[in-house]
Amino acid sequence: MLKIENLAVSVGDRPILHDVNLEIKAGQVHVLFGPNGTGKSTLIGAIMGFPRYRITSGKIWFKGIDVTEAPVYERARAGIGVMIQRPPTVRGLTVRQMVGICSRQQADADLLAAKLNMTDFLERNVNEGFSGGEIKRSELLQLTAQKPDLLMLDEPESGVDIENIALVGEAANRILLRGQTDGQEGSMRKQRTERTKSGLIITHTGHILQYVPADVAHVMYKGTLSCSGNAQEMLQCIQHKGYEECIRCAI
Amino acid sequence: MKKQDILKEKAKVAIDKKAVYGADIDLDSYLEHGKEDAPVPDLTALPANQRKQLETIGLDTSGTGRAGTYMQMDHSVSHCDVAADGVEIMSTDAALECHDWLTDYWWRAVAPDADKYTARAALHQEHGYFIRALPGRKIAEPVQACLYIGQEGLIQDVHNMIIVEEGAELHVITGCATDPNVKKGAHIGISEFYVKKGGKLTFTMIHRWGEEISVRPRTGVVVEEDGLFISNYVCMQKVKDIQMYPSTRLTAPGAVARINSILVAPPGSHMDVGGKVILESPGTKAEIVARTISTGGVIINRGHLVGSAPESKAHLECHGLLLSPGGVIHAVPELEARTDNAELSHEAAVGKIAPEEIEYLMARGLDEEEAVATIVRGFLNVNIEGIPASLAREIDRAVSEFTVNKGA
Repeated sequence: MLKIENLAVSVGDRPILHDVNLEIKAGQVHVLFGPNGTGKSTLIGAIMGFPRYRITSGKIWFKGIDVTEAPVYERARAGIGVMIQRPPTVRGLTVRQMVGICSRQQADADLLAAKLNMTDFLERNVNEGFSGGEIKRSELLQLTAQKPDLLMLDEPESGVDIENIALVGEAANRILLRGQTDGQEGSMRKQRTERTKSGLIITHTGHILQYVPADVAHVMYKGTLSCSGNAQEMLQCIQHKGYEECIRCAI
Repeated sequence: MKKQDILKEKAKVAIDKKAVYGADIDLDSYLEHGKEDAPVPDLTALPANQRKQLETIGLDTSGTGRAGTYMQMDHSVSHCDVAADGVEIMSTDAALECHDWLTDYWWRAVAPDADKYTARAALHQEHGYFIRALPGRKIAEPVQACLYIGQEGLIQDVHNMIIVEEGAELHVITGCATDPNVKKGAHIGISEFYVKKGGKLTFTMIHRWGEEISVRPRTGVVVEEDGLFISNYVCMQKVKDIQMYPSTRLTAPGAVARINSILVAPPGSHMDVGGKVILESPGTKAEIVARTISTGGVIINRGHLVGSAPESKAHLECHGLLLSPGGVIHAVPELEARTDNAELSHEAAVGKIAPEEIEYLMARGLDEEEAVATIVRGFLNVNIEGIPASLAREIDRAVSEFTVNKGA
């Protein structure tokens, strides 16, 4: 699905990422741990193609196509979807209109909003006066409509109260076509073997992993991916020993 | 001396008086006498290009969904019909003949000697519309009025009046335009609106002038006790030079004014558009909201709130987007409290579109041009309350025409 080779990224004149290599196969969900300011959001931004993240070397392949130079909207149309941490307010554009944009006017906004408890927000301006949790739900509503093949979430649990975190997790699972969200228990096995949707999730706390199981975890440290492994083991290691120790033992 | 003569004498003194704002227009450079245009009993019989032009300023040529129509072409009343009970529509000179009392309102909200434009209209007036909602009558559908210049080089001087009697409710949509073939011309429009006790007037005006047209509207509004005046002004096409500064007086408790403007100035346009609201009585409220965009033209957006009575409350909001390095947006918000208990506030911001907003929409699949157009349409989408759906649609339609490449 996604393959990154020797990627280096600068913001302005400041190098942030170097030597990043990552492969996310179809159907896999990867999780990205790492301390603040180490470049996790930069990696997601560079994959999406936001211009402020300047790729200085390396390649990004999506579905076998080199998208390193592709503009943001081409990546979006090819199937990359992102939830950034602090999306801007767009004055005069309603959530309903945004759902229309995301789905190319194909989605039933009322139906999707009901599942995310967002019905009352459909006529509001996107992100205007939204709380942290409301922003996440609004973003997931948009992404549900967008149906990306690679879902990237930057700290989906930040600012979300405990009550709503399950809602956020379920929504992410729905987009990833995971879990038993649609009551098709009989076809679980089929679901697992035919999974095509991939994910890349940044998390500090790991809370989201209780709802969205990850296949592979990585630790981003000082601008590069320092180690990879089992998500739960790695999270426990980080929680008990801290990032530095965790990286050492992995090396 | 008769009232009318006194007004004319005042006007004569001011015939060369320059206006406070705006370039000084040489009124002698325009044709003073228009050819007589024949009445048009059926507006749908007009040529297709004229009909199309009229539709873009909100005039339904079939009259469907309208409580009546007034249309003036050049110096002639082309069409006038009333399609609802409780409303009067005619030219102002016809109205002065059939209502003796109308002289009590004539030139009361606008002074004939304010500047050379008001003076000219007082001395050279060629019709204008008179629309009146009778006491207690709530006119559900909007009345439409249109002032049209069809003759090259002509100056048009009109004097309009709207009277909403006690407890009445009236919606007016007026469109001003030039024929697609007309390049040069001038329009002077005096408008006096009176909203009586408990009355409600929504006034929506869409302008679509030719590229070499100079426009000088002069508007005065008087709102009485518990009256409501909502004004929506939309001008999104190139106009050489427009300057207007309508003044609204809230004269008694409970009077409310909401004044919204949507301006888009393409290269070569000069728009000096603003408004003043004077809160003369306790318990009055006002709101002025402007959204301005320059794609290369000049916009001067003035707003002035005068709180002269205690417990008055008003807010002014002007937001401007500069989409071209060649454009100018000059916001001039003014707050003037004349009592220690007036609550006046303003919010002004002028700048470019935040790149984060464009990128956000691009990450949802829009290309850059679509993203910019979407943001601009949202920016222009002032949420206007209290107007009928048909008027909201006209405004939406005008706004949705915006594309970046065309500039408007």
